Amino acid sequence: MTALLDRVAKAASTTTFGLSALAVAFFLFTAAVVVGVLFWQTNNLLTDQVLTTLNAEARILSSEMKVGGQGKLTETVTALSRPQGIGLYYLADANGRKIAGNLNRIPPEVEAEGHGAVFTYQQPAGGEDQTHLAVAIPVDVGGGLHLIIGRDVEDQRAFADQVRLTFLLGFGVLSIVGLLGGLAVSRLIVNRMDEITATSRQIMAGDLSRRIPTSGRGGELDSLATNLNEMLERIESLMSGLREVSDNIAHDLKTPLNRLRNSAEAALRDPRGGEAYREGLERTIEKADELIKTFNALLLIARLEAGPLEESTETFDLGRFAADVSELYAPAAEEAGFALAIETEQGVFVSGNRQLIGQAIANLIDNAIKYSRGGEPGSAITVRAGLIDGRPAISVGDHGPGIDAADREKVLKRFVRLEASRTKPGTGLGLSLVAAVARLHHGEVRLEDNQPGLRVVLLLSEKCLIAAPQQQGDTEPGLAAQ
Amino acid sequence: MKTSGSPVISLAGLPRRLMHSPLNSERRKGEGRIDIMRVLVIEDDKETALFLQKSLKENGHTADLAHDGEAGLALATDGAYDVLIVDRMLPRLDGLSLIKSLRVEGNRTPVLILSALGEVDDRVKGLRAGGDDYLTKPYAYSELLARVEALGRRTAPEEQQTRYTVGDLVLDRLSHRVTRGGEHILLQPREYRLLEYLMQHAGQVVTRTMLLEHVWDYHFDPQTNVIDVHVSRLRAKIDKNFDRQLLHTVRGAGYTIRDGPA
Repeated sequence: MTALLDRVAKAASTTTFGLSALAVAFFLFTAAVVVGVLFWQTNNLLTDQVLTTLNAEARILSSEMKVGGQGKLTETVTALSRPQGIGLYYLADANGRKIAGNLNRIPPEVEAEGHGAVFTYQQPAGGEDQTHLAVAIPVDVGGGLHLIIGRDVEDQRAFADQVRLTFLLGFGVLSIVGLLGGLAVSRLIVNRMDEITATSRQIMAGDLSRRIPTSGRGGELDSLATNLNEMLERIESLMSGLREVSDNIAHDLKTPLNRLRNSAEAALRDPRGGEAYREGLERTIEKADELIKTFNALLLIARLEAGPLEESTETFDLGRFAADVSELYAPAAEEAGFALAIETEQGVFVSGNRQLIGQAIANLIDNAIKYSRGGEPGSAITVRAGLIDGRPAISVGDHGPGIDAADREKVLKRFVRLEASRTKPGTGLGLSLVAAVARLHHGEVRLEDNQPGLRVVLLLSEKCLIAAPQQQGDTEPGLAAQ
Repeated sequence: MKTSGSPVISLAGLPRRLMHSPLNSERRKGEGRIDIMRVLVIEDDKETALFLQKSLKENGHTADLAHDGEAGLALATDGAYDVLIVDRMLPRLDGLSLIKSLRVEGNRTPVLILSALGEVDDRVKGLRAGGDDYLTKPYAYSELLARVEALGRRTAPEEQQTRYTVGDLVLDRLSHRVTRGGEHILLQPREYRLLEYLMQHAGQVVTRTMLLEHVWDYHFDPQTNVIDVHVSRLRAKIDKNFDRQLLHTVRGAGYTIRDGPA
């Protein structure tokens, strides 16, 4: 019982209940005003009708008096005065003696006012007298006679009472039902909220796999629950990503750290002394530099995934820039035995992070050089930049071994290095960094079959596209010479 | 590919420094070209600061230390230093506010910002605050030294020269002509920029990262030593048919162009 009371009290203290109570109050107020006006007007109308009828009758009786004199009037009044009719009459002579009519006396209200008035009188019904409401007016028929004519309006009053009672009952029922309805709705919402609260408690306690139940009816609470569930999904995937990363850090950072330690130890143990120490220290620094590289790449990816970098957004010609970065790699590619083909569309201006896009292009070209064999006929690397389906894009294609369709998704993840490439130098973060740069520009990375080989496409969002160049990008260092 | 209106990342093209310490005119014995510099290191990690002081002294420079922002600002305002090395995160007054205060006072001493913060937005913020160069921790000392020496040299007026000469190699900045022993050498535009930057810092060590930043205006890790191939192509053009080598590789650091032994 107390539990139920508690729940009711809880529901009553909710916003939903407050809102429904407020709505009921507003509705009741409006209804009361409407009903009041209606009632008042109806009453006026009925009273007017009674007065009109009485006035018409007064004219008729006056003309009877004129035509037939007191005798005729007395006759008519007597004829009209039925014991329990609704027409009420009282005719008295100049001395105040009653001549005819079914009223016993002049109603004091009419006598006092001197004109029409509302009064009560006793009407015999069965054995008892009943108090009835009536309206009467005095009629001046001349000849010193006193004529009062009236109408019994008890029915009208009874009707009005009935109406009043009905409305009061109605209002009562409405308020009770409205408030109960509000409570019920609040209870429903409180229950849903309790579910959400309970779920979030469980999630906070560490169970990230929990989801908020949905009713499936598609209301706004469902869409809220669906949204929250999507958010939870994202958090869970981020968390598991984080766990995966820390596992990978354990492997990919600890292994080189261990190697670094080993090389220092080996140098220290080397009996040759001086020269060996120097070599050992140099190896140690080299290994430390590799570690720093991995660390920087990891931090950069983490930074990119944390959100936009507004300070360093620039507008630049993507084609020119891609060609420029490729040019940096051209001699190195040639030495490795590749023909580096640059096919870029000029005039595609984008707003983005130039340095990061440069880093992405550098990583892709570096990967192409590293993972495909140079020096063979057809070992070409092609860098393209331009628009693909209206979106700014850069692609780097090689004719190396390529990546199986099944592995393509995998290689975009941090530290994933396919078995075949484990022996090559590198951090294993190159492609994940490219993917992070793509995400920063609301784009994506696609791995395609270059037939043969691999083509990596870095697609930026069409939102990065700038319709017209904002400035002449003609100040490229170096091109001014010669 | 530099976009005007974007933050200045390239160091070339910044206004010439007006400050000139009397110590600048002294030359280090036997080397001739490197100036002795007074450096102020503002770094809260005492071990790092002492390491930098010791190393800079070994390279013939003098270095004062400050371990917090306020002390650093006071020293930097009073002393006539050639270069300030400022850590970004300092107790009492952070590095960027320190640099801003200095610049507001009209002090134009070149500043090298050291920071553990990543390279993307932070570099831009650092340079906007009035820093002249930005180096991310962990760094190689050789990289730091090369940058400090390059910054210190910018107080000297030599940069305004229209002609650079190293031995019999001459680069004319007006006609963009390069000659060696009177013989015209044809260079690609990028090779010309590379040589120009090296000759501008003749006698100093220039690191690969510095070349990438100033000649290419790139601030990212190229993954492999792409710069080496460009330098060896340049070397083939300017040194190959001559007895005296001018473009030298400095092991573990970078390159230098000078007339004489490396």
